[in-house]
Amino acid sequence: MLIKKIILPSDDNRWKLINATMKRHGYQPNCLIETMHTVQETFGYLDEISLKFVAFALKVPLSSVFGVATFYNFFNLKPQGKHTCVVCLGTACYIKGTNEIAEEIKKEFKIGMGKTTEDGQVSLLSARCLGACGIAPAVVIDGEVHGNVSTRETVETLRRLAYAN
Amino acid sequence: MLIEELLEYAEKLRDRDKPGKHAIKVCSAAGCLSLKSDAVAEELKKKITEAGLEEECWVKPVGCLGLCSKGPLVTVDTDGKVYQEVKPTDAGRIIARAAEGVSKETDPFFTRQQKIVLENSGQVDPEKIQDYILRDGYLALNEVLELTPQEVIDEVTLSGLRGRGGAGYPTGLKWNTVAKTGNVGKYVICNADEGDPGAFMDRSVLEGDPHRVLEGMAIAAFAVGATEGFVYVRAEYPLAIKRLKNAIKQAERAGVLGKNIFGTTFSFAVEIRIGAGAFVCGEETALIASIEGRRGQPRPRPPYPAQVGLWGSPTLINNVETFANIAPIMRHGGEWYAAIGTEKSKGTKVFALAGKINNTGLIEVPMGTKLRDVIYDIGGGIPDGKKFKAVQTGGPSGGCIPEQFLDHPIDYESLGALGSIMGSGGMIIMDETSCMVDVAKYFLDFTKDESCGKCVPCRVGTVQLYSILDRITKGEGTMEDLDELDDLCDLVKNTSLCGLGQAAPNPVLSTIQYFRDEYVAHIIEKRCPAGVCKIHKGERKQKEEVMA
Repeated sequence: MLIKKIILPSDDNRWKLINATMKRHGYQPNCLIETMHTVQETFGYLDEISLKFVAFALKVPLSSVFGVATFYNFFNLKPQGKHTCVVCLGTACYIKGTNEIAEEIKKEFKIGMGKTTEDGQVSLLSARCLGACGIAPAVVIDGEVHGNVSTRETVETLRRLAYAN
Repeated sequence: MLIEELLEYAEKLRDRDKPGKHAIKVCSAAGCLSLKSDAVAEELKKKITEAGLEEECWVKPVGCLGLCSKGPLVTVDTDGKVYQEVKPTDAGRIIARAAEGVSKETDPFFTRQQKIVLENSGQVDPEKIQDYILRDGYLALNEVLELTPQEVIDEVTLSGLRGRGGAGYPTGLKWNTVAKTGNVGKYVICNADEGDPGAFMDRSVLEGDPHRVLEGMAIAAFAVGATEGFVYVRAEYPLAIKRLKNAIKQAERAGVLGKNIFGTTFSFAVEIRIGAGAFVCGEETALIASIEGRRGQPRPRPPYPAQVGLWGSPTLINNVETFANIAPIMRHGGEWYAAIGTEKSKGTKVFALAGKINNTGLIEVPMGTKLRDVIYDIGGGIPDGKKFKAVQTGGPSGGCIPEQFLDHPIDYESLGALGSIMGSGGMIIMDETSCMVDVAKYFLDFTKDESCGKCVPCRVGTVQLYSILDRITKGEGTMEDLDELDDLCDLVKNTSLCGLGQAAPNPVLSTIQYFRDEYVAHIIEKRCPAGVCKIHKGERKQKEEVMA
């Protein structure tokens, strides 16, 4: 069987990681979501080039690839800020007031939910439930879960990170 | 590998850890880890070496101990006292006490529970297969391979186990259907897409005892004739994914997964698929679509996945907790399991207690336990002397149960009769400072966002329900809105394609049924009794004047 050679979009070594994921699954169309996870892990978000590359390599229509990328909340189509703050809006966190925390961050950094500040320092995201209900209210700052937080504490931490330099 | 060899292998691995006499167990589940339990473990290790007590004590990371709100948790040996809110500076004291001997735990939070699914959680090191094997792990799988598949299914049927994902479909019946359909190329899928906000049972099981789930899947695969399995885990649970991956690797190395398990002709391989943040993927046909690499949209049933599932093959889908029940059922027999619980709901159920309650965390109680016992005895009641208002079960598909029903038993039928559902086991307690209209609005906000958009009643209906509720919380509702809500709920409930839409009105219906006065207060008196919704009377009056 003739195997079509996969041409990487550029000589950036990170493409090799993405190609490796697809290779491991034999370039089957069903590994689309797995591959997107790898893209997001390596590049931080899914841009047009990577979507086109994945569509081509897996022989999936670009429309389907875009459809999957936009269907799932986990995938970002835009680059994230240097620091991210995920506010959990699960039921337990909500009734313990994470909504207020989110509002305060929006006011402080003048950004909307899912948006990044103009200087690219802070992104505000929300999660449906982190499963950390035992320590509600919970937020994730730069990948680290913080439990039993207060509004002031969260905003302070973020401010410190954003204006560190 | 035969069972004797497996035990020998496990013992060899254990001895390599050089365990001391007393195991000091430090909770390493996500909750305690985020409260820095790893720093506590490090300090304990250091103190043991300093005191030269290596023969006496050793530190062991374990899965969830349950009382997440009082973490980091540390306990000694089996049933020992659970030290709460431990700081690294407490290390010396804990070691001294452990060396003296163990004191028993007496807190009702721990003593009132009955653990089957969680029996290993908090006992075994989730990253070491030897720990699981030495607590009778994979013993059931070994015994099962000597039976016929039908005998296995009969045992599960006898146990009366029902699906723990929420709907409560009899597990034995499901297995039977898959077993009787087709011959080859069947699949077993473990649904670990725990999307209900406020529920973290499956996360804790996967983080605390991943091998238990793998063993359950392997037994199921043998019973229905499958050779391949998938665990579909949500991406929000990185630690669970990591431990599961590690567990699969260890199980393959030990020969309890993979080719020719225990020297028989039975082979079973498990792969992980990671979700990408879509609540609807907990629905079985949507989950299958997601594993196939497509948008997670459900399709009409029948045909059920048991007949036409993953890539068109017969597929068995069960929840994490269901699979975690299988090994003990096979070990002790279906009759033993059927003796626990109520007439129609057998066994135990794990609940995640959260919200306005003193002891938030993970508990396991027999079916039929009263809500009051769970909330007041185990949960320790409501903090800050506030008054209990409602308990919400079943997440966005469930309802709110008020105080007058607290003496009802917890089982599938009773909760259904109260307008809620068992669900996967999330239990959120609300006190007088929670506004029930706001809670209903919160859940509709959730379902309208998570609706996949395939069928009209759910896509459009949930948005309409939300906008009416939003109006009411702003003090702009009318009494007609309540009738409108009723009609719309009825429509969405009866005409939606999948469980998401069919259950979406439950939070609205149950709050209207039990807390109608709160809705009326928002509409007529323009005030929120709990003080949550911000209704500006002044502005409204001005607006009306301008309009006039």
